[in-house]
Amino acid sequence: MNIWALLILPLASAVIITLLTRKNKDLSSYISIGAVVACFAIVAPYILKMFGDPHMHPEEQAFIWLDIPGLMVEIGTLIDPLSIVMLTVVTFVGSLIHIYSRGYMHGEEGFSRFFACLSLFIFAMIGIVISNNFIMTFIFWELVGLASYLLIGYYYQKPSAADAAKKAFIVNRVGDFGFVLGIIVIFYATGTVNFAEVARHIAAGEVSNGTLGLASLLIFCGAVGKSAQFPLHVWLPDAMEGPTPVSALIHAATMVAAGVYMLARTGFLFAAAPAGAMEVIAYTGGITALMAALLAFGQTDIKRIIAYSTLSSLGYMVMAVGVGGTNAGMFYLMTHAFFKALLFLGAGSVIHACHTNDIWEMGKLYPKLKITAVTFILGSLAMMGIFPFSGFWSKDEVLTSAFTSGHTLLFIMGVFTAFLTAVFMTKLLIVTFFGEKRYHGHPHESPSLMTIPLIILSIFAVIAGVVGIPGVEPSFGDFMPSFGEGHGEHHFNYFVAVTSTIAVFIGIFVGWLIYSKKAIDNKQLAANWSGLYAALVNRFYIDHFYDTVLVKGIYNQIARISNYIEVYIIINFIINGSAYLTRQTGKALRLTISGQLQHYALAMVGGVLVIMMMYVIL
Amino acid sequence: MTITHYLILSLLLFSIGVAGVLLRRNTIIVLMSLELIFNSVNISLAAFSYFLQSLNGTVFVIFNITVAAAEVAIGLAIVVSVYRSRKTVNVEELDEMRY
Repeated sequence: MNIWALLILPLASAVIITLLTRKNKDLSSYISIGAVVACFAIVAPYILKMFGDPHMHPEEQAFIWLDIPGLMVEIGTLIDPLSIVMLTVVTFVGSLIHIYSRGYMHGEEGFSRFFACLSLFIFAMIGIVISNNFIMTFIFWELVGLASYLLIGYYYQKPSAADAAKKAFIVNRVGDFGFVLGIIVIFYATGTVNFAEVARHIAAGEVSNGTLGLASLLIFCGAVGKSAQFPLHVWLPDAMEGPTPVSALIHAATMVAAGVYMLARTGFLFAAAPAGAMEVIAYTGGITALMAALLAFGQTDIKRIIAYSTLSSLGYMVMAVGVGGTNAGMFYLMTHAFFKALLFLGAGSVIHACHTNDIWEMGKLYPKLKITAVTFILGSLAMMGIFPFSGFWSKDEVLTSAFTSGHTLLFIMGVFTAFLTAVFMTKLLIVTFFGEKRYHGHPHESPSLMTIPLIILSIFAVIAGVVGIPGVEPSFGDFMPSFGEGHGEHHFNYFVAVTSTIAVFIGIFVGWLIYSKKAIDNKQLAANWSGLYAALVNRFYIDHFYDTVLVKGIYNQIARISNYIEVYIIINFIINGSAYLTRQTGKALRLTISGQLQHYALAMVGGVLVIMMMYVIL
Repeated sequence: MTITHYLILSLLLFSIGVAGVLLRRNTIIVLMSLELIFNSVNISLAAFSYFLQSLNGTVFVIFNITVAAAEVAIGLAIVVSVYRSRKTVNVEELDEMRY
C-alpha cells in the first residue's frame, strides 16, 4: 500500500465531509471513521514488519516541492521504527476515539463539522509523524495547531471555549516562533532541512557547539509550546473546553506528544548538543512534571485533573529526553497514549452519564457504571505505575534513565511526582466512583459504541508495557535508534523500581486515608495550608501573572497605542482629513458654477487672452 | 491690398462676434455672433490661402462653412425647443444648471 495514502485519505475525508456530506451526519461520521481505520490498516503491515526486523532500514520517499537556488524543500515520508510506533499510536488510538465519538457526540449540533475537524487533525498528525524534513514538519505542526484550535473551540458559542481556543493558539505561537528560528539556525549552519542530511552534517562535526546548543534550545521551544511544558503549559488545562474525545485524542494521546516525538526525531541534534542545553530540557521537563502534579490537587473538574496529570506525564517524557533516555521517553509516550486516552474517554463516559464535570457532584458511580469504572480504574493503575501495568514499565524506564545518568535531583522529583500522582488519582477514583452518593438524576452506562473502545484501550493500557519488559524480545529499545553514547539501553534497576513502587503505594495509602477513611480531614488540611491551597486553586498564579503582566501590562498597552494611532492618526487625520479637504474644495469651487452661459464664455475669452499675453511677453 | 487688411477685417469681425456672444441676451443673436466669429476665421483662412498660393486654407473654409451650416441647424432647433418649453430665449433666464 502506498504510504502517501496515509496523508490523502484523512485529507480527502475532511474535504468530502466539509463540501459534500455535511448535511448527512451518519455518512459524515462513517467517512471519517473509515479514513482513520484505513490508515491503521495501512500502518499494520509495517508494525508486523518492525516486529520481524527491529533494525529495519528507514524507508524514505520524497518529491521536491520547492526548489529555488540555495533552498530545496521536499515533501517526503520517512518510515522507520520511530515513526511506525508513533503512527500506531495515532491511527490505533485515533480509530478507537473516532468510534467512541460517534456515540459521545450523538445528537450534537455540528456533528459533521466535528468529524471533518478530526479527519483534518489525523491528516496533520500523520504529516508530522512521517515527515522527513524540518519544513514539512513545521507545516503540519501548524496544521495540528489549527485542528486543535477548531476542536477546542467546537462549542464556539460558549465564550470560555472560544477564549480557550484562542489561548491555545496564541500560546503555541510563542513556542513556534522559537521553532522557526531553530529551523533557520539549522538551515544556516548546514544548508539543508532534511533530517538525514542534517544528521550527517552534524555527525561530520561541521557545526560548532554553540550553534548546536542554540539550535537545539530553539527547536525545543517548539516542543515547549506543543507539549505544554512550563512556562507555556497554561493552554492545556483550558483546552479541556473542547469535547472529551478531542481531549483524549489531541490533548492527551497524540498532538501534545508531538513535541516529544519531534525531540526524538531530531535526537541527532540533541545527542550532539552541549550538556548545558540538555540540562535545560531535562529540568524543564522535571519542573513541569512536579508542578502539574501539585496543581492537579487544586482542581475539581474531572477533565482538568486528568489534564494536569497529562502535563505531568509530558514533563516526564521531556525529562527522559533531556537526560538522554529518548527510548524511555518514546516508550512512555506510547503507554501514556493508551492509558491517558482511556482515562479521558472514561471521564467522557462519566460526564455523559452525570452531565457535570465536577467530581464532587459524582460519587458512588461504580454500581451504575460498571464497565466505565473498571476500565477507568485499570487506566488509573497504569497511570500510577503499579506493577505489572504498562505505566510501571515505562515510568520505570524514565526514572532509571534519570537515575543512571546521574541526575539525582531529577530522579527525586520524578519519584515525588509519582507519589503525588498516586495520591490525586486515588482521590479521583474514590471521589468519583466510591464514597457517598452525590450525583443527581439517574446515571446509566454509556452505549456499547463507547464502552467497546474503553475495553480495548484498557487491554492495551494493561499489556502495552510488555515490549518494555527487560528480557522480552524484541524489546522496545531495539526499535529505537540509539543516539549518542549508548544512552539508548537501560538495564532494569531494582533500586529504582522498588523506590517508585513504594512511593506509589504510600501515595495510594495517603489518598485512601484522606478521601476514603477520612482519617485526615481534607477541609481541615486545606484550612491549615490555606496559602498553598489558594496557590494550587489559582494554578500558582501563573495564568494570573500572564494576565496581569503580559496581557494587561504589555499587550493591552500596545493595543491602546495601536488603537490611538488607528483612530486619531489614520482614521481621523488621514482618511477623514482628506475627505474634509476634498469636500471644502468642492464647496468653494461650486460657487464658480453660476449657470450663466456668458460667464463661462467670458472665462474662456479671458483665458485665451491671458495665454496670448503670456505668449507675447515671454 | 496686403494680407494685413484682410487680417484687420478678420480681427474686427472676430471682436464684434465675441462682444455679441458675451453681451447680448437673446440666444438667437448669440448664435448669429458665433457665425460672425466663424466667418472672421474663414476670411483669414481664405486670405492666407490666397497669399501663400496654397489650397489648404480654401479646403478648410469649405469645411468650416459645411460644419457651420450643420451647427446652425442644430442650434436653431435647440433654441426652438427651449422656447417651446420655457417660453423664453433669454440666456440670463436659462440658468437651471447652477449650484
